[in-house]
Amino acid sequence: MATFKEFRNDVKPNWCPGCGDFSVQAAMQRAAANVGLEPENLAVVSGIGCSGRISGYIKSYGFHGIHGRSLPIAQGVKMANRELTVIASGGDGDGFAIGMGHTIHAIRRNIDITYIVMDNQIYGLTKGQTSPRSAAGFKTKSTPEGSIEQAVSPMELALSAGATFVAQSFSTDLKDLTAIIEAGINHKGFSFINVFSPCVTYNKINTYDWFKQNLTKLNTIEGYDSSNKEQAMQTLMQHDSLVTGIIYQDSSRPSYQELVPGYAEKALNKSDLTLDQAHFDKLVAEFM
Amino acid sequence: MINQLSWKVGGQQGEGIESTGEIFCIALNRLGYYLYGYRHFSSRIKGGHTNNKIRVSTTETRAISDDLDILVAFDQETIDVNYKELHEGGIIIADAKFKPVCPEDTKAELYIVPFTEIAAELGTSLMKNMVAIGATCAVLGMEISVFNDVVDEIFGRKGEEIVKKNMDAITAGYKAMEVLLGEKLGAMELEKADGQKRMFMIGNDAIALGAVAGGCRFMAAYPITPASEIMEYLIKKLPQFGGTVIQTEDEIAAATMAIGANYGGVRAITASAGPGLSLKMEAIGLAGITETPIVIVDTQRGGPSTGLPTKQEQSDLMAMIYGTHGEIPKIVMAPSTVEEAFYDTAEAFNLAEEYQCPVIVLSDLQLSLGKQTVQPLDYGKVEIRRGKLVDFEIEEPENKSYFKRYEVTEDGVSPRVVPGMKNGIHHVTGVEHDETGRPSETALNRKLQMDKRMRKLNNLTNTFQTPVYKNTPHEEADLLILGFNSTRGTIDEAIGRLETDGMKVNHAQIRLIHPFPADEVLSLVQSAKKVVVIENNATGQLANIIKMNVGHVNKIKSILKYDGNPFLPHEIHTQCKEMFEYGNV
Repeated sequence: MATFKEFRNDVKPNWCPGCGDFSVQAAMQRAAANVGLEPENLAVVSGIGCSGRISGYIKSYGFHGIHGRSLPIAQGVKMANRELTVIASGGDGDGFAIGMGHTIHAIRRNIDITYIVMDNQIYGLTKGQTSPRSAAGFKTKSTPEGSIEQAVSPMELALSAGATFVAQSFSTDLKDLTAIIEAGINHKGFSFINVFSPCVTYNKINTYDWFKQNLTKLNTIEGYDSSNKEQAMQTLMQHDSLVTGIIYQDSSRPSYQELVPGYAEKALNKSDLTLDQAHFDKLVAEFM
Repeated sequence: MINQLSWKVGGQQGEGIESTGEIFCIALNRLGYYLYGYRHFSSRIKGGHTNNKIRVSTTETRAISDDLDILVAFDQETIDVNYKELHEGGIIIADAKFKPVCPEDTKAELYIVPFTEIAAELGTSLMKNMVAIGATCAVLGMEISVFNDVVDEIFGRKGEEIVKKNMDAITAGYKAMEVLLGEKLGAMELEKADGQKRMFMIGNDAIALGAVAGGCRFMAAYPITPASEIMEYLIKKLPQFGGTVIQTEDEIAAATMAIGANYGGVRAITASAGPGLSLKMEAIGLAGITETPIVIVDTQRGGPSTGLPTKQEQSDLMAMIYGTHGEIPKIVMAPSTVEEAFYDTAEAFNLAEEYQCPVIVLSDLQLSLGKQTVQPLDYGKVEIRRGKLVDFEIEEPENKSYFKRYEVTEDGVSPRVVPGMKNGIHHVTGVEHDETGRPSETALNRKLQMDKRMRKLNNLTNTFQTPVYKNTPHEEADLLILGFNSTRGTIDEAIGRLETDGMKVNHAQIRLIHPFPADEVLSLVQSAKKVVVIENNATGQLANIIKMNVGHVNKIKSILKYDGNPFLPHEIHTQCKEMFEYGNV
């Protein structure tokens, strides 16, 4: 069985020192090892942005696609080979701005992949513009007078879109984050994990200290039941979504693959590409 | 007796006009006639004039006829819009319900049959279509029993009584028309057909069947006219092979999901029309630089923007060749018949894997939706070739390094592994990358990788099976006519008339649009005195591509049509003749 070190390669990330994404990468590598994966059975698909580079920093099959489209690519990979573990990942711009449509639809489709967003509430790679996760009033290069738009609440959106696994974590909580990613990989369906991953260069508001002061761990809330959607929504609203832990999980709903009529039980990419002549003749006869 | 007939049924959309045509066609197709249908319809579900023009012939036909023998009208608009197509001796059969009137200059004879009333008396006015079919039978002097099986197949699941009622409606229509026709009963009797059973299908059916035959097992697509039938067919059939179709949230997801599936090792397709292709362009570039195979169908319709969604046009050509920013290797195929659409789509999957690049199967609305009799399709001609897909065990790379997925090779194609393979780990990125897929911006690497990708297709025009369909009987032709996609049949027919006029005409349809088969087309251009390119767009896109590749800029002329309607044979005939006679060619 592979250790987490076997999920490392020799590429030096181009993230700034102190970037939250380093911990997310480490957590993904640990989680992959902990659930018993071999590097060749993991495919990491990522979007564009600082965090999108993550697929190149993990030793596994990696696909660094185009901005906002990690989810449809990842779903295609999973449909081609249900035996693979597929993780999609990217930043808040990737998932909640240009790719928001895919996020909502991937959630409601419920294909068995894990989606990890590294949420830093800013556009880092393009050097500091507002993100859909930036709070109203947040000053950036593109909002010099402060953002006049509301921030999206991905956790609330996920719940209302019919998510079966919704979790949030903070990049410094390596142990918790690793456990959540493991739970996400093990969940049979679409797992949505938002990780607060501070940008030390461009976001001087949502800093490590800011999160430490404002985040509430769900396991400190007495009686919190992650199978209770109503409570999940209420808790998110009460805490302005600043909570960490598994917010909601519905293990009863089958994943998309389990519901597809006729879908190959083994990896689809191993299926025979030829038809027998009789089958072809039957298809032809339908047009006569 | 006649050997061909042109029949049109028209009315308001949603009235069952399409099914009237369908039933008529299936029955005649089974008798061995060749049919060619073209639907005029609008982008709405109910209301608006729609018609289905069907040509019936004892010989192969791939063109809409110039004129009309019989018009079946369910409303006055059908007469007003279409009466000019009817020649002398033609027949209009109209429903008494709307008190039909013919314009003064109508050449055809009007027969008023109470379609709706007869149908209502038999149970439901919905059967007025069947009454109309019966009336048509009387004109053709055809036994109504030829409809027995079709009616049974369509209505059988609703019970015997419904089947009987529908047959009664056909009989009643026949009898009513018989009385009106008197001596003219069977006035347009068709010569007997050969009785051969052939397929009757639209181009989109052939594309979808070609995908199944070509090993496609996954599709991601978004509904759009005129491409949706491809998706609808595959949704029904792919589960028989373990595969499936996902209707995605948008066109971008459709393209990128199909890329993901192809990267995952499954032959996957997406299909759309112009607006969808515009949205897929960034993904096409991704497939190009990541060397991921993907087959994309573009069923062209009237553009730009939403344009003319239900009308014929061939204006996506340049976008398909050059679309996506930056430069990638890309193959664009353009089948010119339904049969070719089948074989080309199946072959597209081979090319996509052999060259590890996007392959666009270009169609147009007339080819995609025109329902017609099709020659037998030979599955034995379909091959599965997967190029440099690695299907053997890979040795552990030295120093645990990555697999050289983008190894610089002589032919530009590198070994391809799919996720899940031991020792095949590599990186894939839309960023310029080195041989293992690791991002690299060095000038040396950029040039190596760019050259490697671009040389993949260097030899394709020599190995591609039939880059140009040729009907070139003349060593030295007076005129060479060039086209692509669905114009083939119409050009064929026009050429028959030009030859009768004494002209020597060669004909070629370009089937491999990109990379362009320049040598082959050049020799055709050189061996003709004059050259004209026929296409459904306003700017002569194919003509420009040809000029760019073979020169002869002043020799190559255009005949263009971009009013939303397909060419008719007489238009090509007269325009070629005029240009020729007045020296304008």
